[in-house]
Amino acid sequence: MPNHTFQLNGESVTVEVEDDVRLLWVLRDLLGVTGPKYGCGINVCKACTSHINGKAFNPCSVPVGAIQPNDQVTTIEGLADTAPGDGLHPMQDAWIANDVAQCGYCQPGQIMAAVAKVRQCRAEGREVDDEAIEELRNICRCGTYNRIREAIKAGAENM
Amino acid sequence: MPTHRAVTTRSRPTREPAHRADVKRRSFLGLLVAAPVLVTAAEIGRQTVFDSVPEASALAVPSPPQPAEVYDLLDVIRDSARPTANLITVKVNRDGTVSFALPRSENGQGIITSTQMIIAEEMNLDPDQVEVTLADARPELVFNQLTGGSSTTFSTYTPIRVAAALAQGRLLGAAANELDQDISVLTSRQGLITGPNGKSLPFGDLTTKAAAPVTEAANVVLKDREKFTVIGKNRTKSDALAMVTGRKKFTTDLKIPDALPTVICRAPDLNGYPRSVGNLEAIRAMPGVTDVVEVGNGVAVRARTYGQCVDAVNAVEARWAAGTVAGEDDESVLRKLRRGELPLAVPKGVGTTLESDTVFYFRSNSSLETNCAIADVRANSATIWGPSKSPIAAQNEIAKKLGIAQNAVTFHVMEGGGSFGRKLFFDAALEAAEVSQAMGKPVKLMWTRSDDSRQGRVHPMATTRIRANVTADAVASFEIRHTSVATETNPGLSEAITATAQKAPGGNLTVSESIWETTQVTPYNVGASTRLLSEVDMRFNTSSMRNIYSPDVATARELMVDRIAAQMGKDPYEFRSEFTKLERWKKVVDRAAQEGDWGKSMAEGTAQGIGMHVEYKGVACAVVELDCRPETVNRKIRQARTGPRVTRVTYVVDVGLVINPRGVRAQMMGGINDALAMTLTSSLHLTDGHFVEASWDNYFYTRQWNTPPEMNIIVVDDSDAPEPGGVGEFGVAATCGAIACAYARATGEQPTYFPLDHKDPLPFTPYPTSPPVPPSPTNGLETTF
Ligand code: FES
Ligand code: FES
Repeated sequence: MPNHTFQLNGESVTVEVEDDVRLLWVLRDLLGVTGPKYGCGINVCKACTSHINGKAFNPCSVPVGAIQPNDQVTTIEGLADTAPGDGLHPMQDAWIANDVAQCGYCQPGQIMAAVAKVRQCRAEGREVDDEAIEELRNICRCGTYNRIREAIKAGAENM
Repeated sequence: MPTHRAVTTRSRPTREPAHRADVKRRSFLGLLVAAPVLVTAAEIGRQTVFDSVPEASALAVPSPPQPAEVYDLLDVIRDSARPTANLITVKVNRDGTVSFALPRSENGQGIITSTQMIIAEEMNLDPDQVEVTLADARPELVFNQLTGGSSTTFSTYTPIRVAAALAQGRLLGAAANELDQDISVLTSRQGLITGPNGKSLPFGDLTTKAAAPVTEAANVVLKDREKFTVIGKNRTKSDALAMVTGRKKFTTDLKIPDALPTVICRAPDLNGYPRSVGNLEAIRAMPGVTDVVEVGNGVAVRARTYGQCVDAVNAVEARWAAGTVAGEDDESVLRKLRRGELPLAVPKGVGTTLESDTVFYFRSNSSLETNCAIADVRANSATIWGPSKSPIAAQNEIAKKLGIAQNAVTFHVMEGGGSFGRKLFFDAALEAAEVSQAMGKPVKLMWTRSDDSRQGRVHPMATTRIRANVTADAVASFEIRHTSVATETNPGLSEAITATAQKAPGGNLTVSESIWETTQVTPYNVGASTRLLSEVDMRFNTSSMRNIYSPDVATARELMVDRIAAQMGKDPYEFRSEFTKLERWKKVVDRAAQEGDWGKSMAEGTAQGIGMHVEYKGVACAVVELDCRPETVNRKIRQARTGPRVTRVTYVVDVGLVINPRGVRAQMMGGINDALAMTLTSSLHLTDGHFVEASWDNYFYTRQWNTPPEMNIIVVDDSDAPEPGGVGEFGVAATCGAIACAYARATGEQPTYFPLDHKDPLPFTPYPTSPPVPPSPTNGLETTF
């Protein structure tokens, strides 16, 4: 079985597994990093959203063999460390302030997608407005969408 | 046929405040439990807290009170919980914290937080000082461990307060002794009891002294509502931090030794099962696979990762038996429903007769966390971890399945990733136990999304027929006939209901009839008002979904109410305000119209709609604005349903006493987003014995691009009702009604089926049913942003 090395939440990890196993299962089942959730396995629900080299991606749809040793994979567990200071990432703070989560299952993916969307808007010189937020495809089956909107706008201000 | 008119509005009865005062002064019986530290429990007697006498609020033919107005599902569940309520205990620990094991299931409703608040209120603590956990299955609690019908807070509010107040009283007594002071001069704040001289003692130091040497009953008076400082204030969920950092653990996040990922390969047909498997050995040899066994519902595969389970599942070569609805489709099921429809009783011809006939297609109640459970079955015992709203029934069924004693099954109740009714059942726990026994190893069993969507429980397909006879200025009769594919109520819920339903007016009903009778209220004075349910057993896997019948019935009913209003030449809002039965209900309708700017001018192709609903000891009214203009309806979004868009929702809800307004608003928001899905975009299509939809790119639950840009939820904070009602499902029905009415007003068409897009061409190519799981893509690095 091949070895795979990559950077996970700021640390180098190596795992022995077949090339075609999707990264989501490597994270969850082999490395025990369970923040990214399974909701579909086919890149539609976005519950597994994490970051690769600072951009949002869905590890359920990436074979571990496609990840390079220098790739920086960040899951919700590592998000706070990417922001200055000791506390949470501003987006996480905004999520708590708006009491967004209901069951919480979709929320790691929602937060990771929100952070990437704000960065994308900044890079493209766009507002983080309802139109931008409506590009997010993450499902929340508990229907917390309207609080998510508020939280993204608030979180963006502190990013 | 009563055609005389009722007397007009009476003023608010003055007995209301007195009634509230009665509740306030009443003393309750609690229990001091013999233990080394202070442990208290609750035992309460029957209270009548709701005014069930309808008052006519308008010039209208009054409808007599309907069963659900007098005694509703919440009463049924609470009354069934009552005999065992004394087993709910509050414990004061030596470290000064207070702990309570909540015999309920948390799936996002926020009941852990509201329970902390209730205990904190009686004991003058900060809610953070109260530790609330979910109780493992405890058979002695019988019906008291059931989470359903939005009943939790209603059932547990008083017993928890009684136990907490008793504990507070004992601690004060012990402190009075220690400090040598009269109890009346002591104050208790944040776990510290202080005397007039400033000397204080923490709860932790007092708990042994306050402990009861023998178990005995004790009287206690509860805190006055006027003195509440915690209840009624916004409070963020206790696990908000855990949820945003990924630390909150769901079932499949647990690391139970040797419980490896396990997935079942299922039949193409709904409820099919394997006749024979051709390649078990080849499957066993696949990468990562450790075990493969044939079980009742399919072929179970255990492997190092879920990804490898899925690959193996997709490689299974099996011959499958036909399912329970082999060859059936939506239209054939509809024909069977038609044959089960009950006749309308009131003949046409008293004034003008209006009739409607509305079809509601199947909807999935999949939550985002799929069905899952961990099972470790040994020779004579089993340990199960999983979300369950009825862990005692689960424990019982699992014991039966495994052939071991019920008390040999330990069921750890996990917090679930959403429920919406599905977790009243425990399909995955039963399967996990079966598979673990067959493999002789622990398993972490998870349904794939396609299993969850195609084989999981659904909200039943149904028809609602209504006939109303309308005179110039009154409604003489209003009849509802709801015909539904049978809804399965889980063992726990049905036991709770049948054990108590006898007490309900008209007792001796079957379970579904009981639920129907105790939830359905036509909230208007509409003369002879009847509501009948008939169910056709079609062997579907069904369950409620944020309620069973109400959202559909409300959709049809509110559409008919608009037609009646039009027939009388009245505005939809004015009709509702005038014809609703109680003053408390009218206030909510009036407030919604006012806050929602009812009657404002709307562009061509857009309209407002209004809907009201009464249930769960509460009343709700929604005013929505719907945009049906072509540029909106036809907007293109990849792998999505667009269609008419709800642009604004105003929702006013009176749920009685509010524990956590923020929590209530959150539940309403979820219900409103569900209502959009129910009426506009979300349904399952049955074709050739199976459901077509395999994932979220087929099944279009509300998404960011559907959700209303403006949503204003108003929770009435000065309700006349002295106790908390149910909130978990209460956002749906009124919103469904309002959206349906807005659609009819915007387009001039009366919808005859829901969701509105059900018969549109499918905007996707269906995934095959065999192999059963759509394979994961490999191009995820091309869709980064
Ligand atoms: S699990 Fe990855 S997108 Fe759904
Ligand atoms: S909070 Fe439950 S799915 Fe989003």
